[in-house]
Amino acid sequence: MRLEYFELVDRIVELDPDAGSIAAACVLPERSPVFEGHFPGHPILPGVLMIEAMAQTGGWLVMARLRFERMAFLASVKEAKMRRFLVPGQKLRVEARLLHDGSGYAVATGRILAERMAVADAEMTFRVLPFPNAMLRASMLAAAARVAVPAELRPDA
Amino acid sequence: MASTFDTVAGIISEICGIPRETITPTSHAIEDLGIDSLDFLDVAFAIDKAFAIKLPLEQWTQEVNEGQVPSDRYFVLQGLCDNIDQLVMAKAG
Repeated sequence: MRLEYFELVDRIVELDPDAGSIAAACVLPERSPVFEGHFPGHPILPGVLMIEAMAQTGGWLVMARLRFERMAFLASVKEAKMRRFLVPGQKLRVEARLLHDGSGYAVATGRILAERMAVADAEMTFRVLPFPNAMLRASMLAAAARVAVPAELRPDA
Repeated sequence: MASTFDTVAGIISEICGIPRETITPTSHAIEDLGIDSLDFLDVAFAIDKAFAIKLPLEQWTQEVNEGQVPSDRYFVLQGLCDNIDQLVMAKAG
């Protein structure tokens, strides 16, 4: 995870776009400016970044289902719960499951696990819109390759 | 069995915090009830679930934005309910 670049998904390890499920493996960095402020002497991952990790994982699922024809933008988060602290160096599994594939929106649940223990969960709604420009789409496709979205789901591969 | 309107009005009341008695078949979801686009996503999700359909929001929005149809057809509650009934009937075959 590169927290300061908002790259919170390291590698997708399971992805079934038709069934609507995804799982990602992530490792918290040992050092990050984020930990210097949150908190001095007690570095833990901010809860908002736990939500962001679930949102990015869910976003990859939504975009993979659509073969990257559209972009998923986080629109709302409900019932977010941060149950445990996450510390530098910790290994995570981030999961998302599609609840509903609507017209122009999607709803998914997210969950973070560490050492098989539930760390966080939330329900998220995404607006699903055309990419606003070619630069963003190209950037997302490059990121999709980096996080190991299977080539058959990426139109550029 | 609740009518389509009763179900939709109940959903809007619960999600948007609008008193049920102020919601009528002639209410415009946006202009009269003040439902914003984010709350409307929650309403659409609840309607999709309640009726096991998929409201074609993108198509409706495009038609309204392009001036092909007045927004009343989709966003006045009676029009919305008529469209829901048609989608339910189409799904049932």
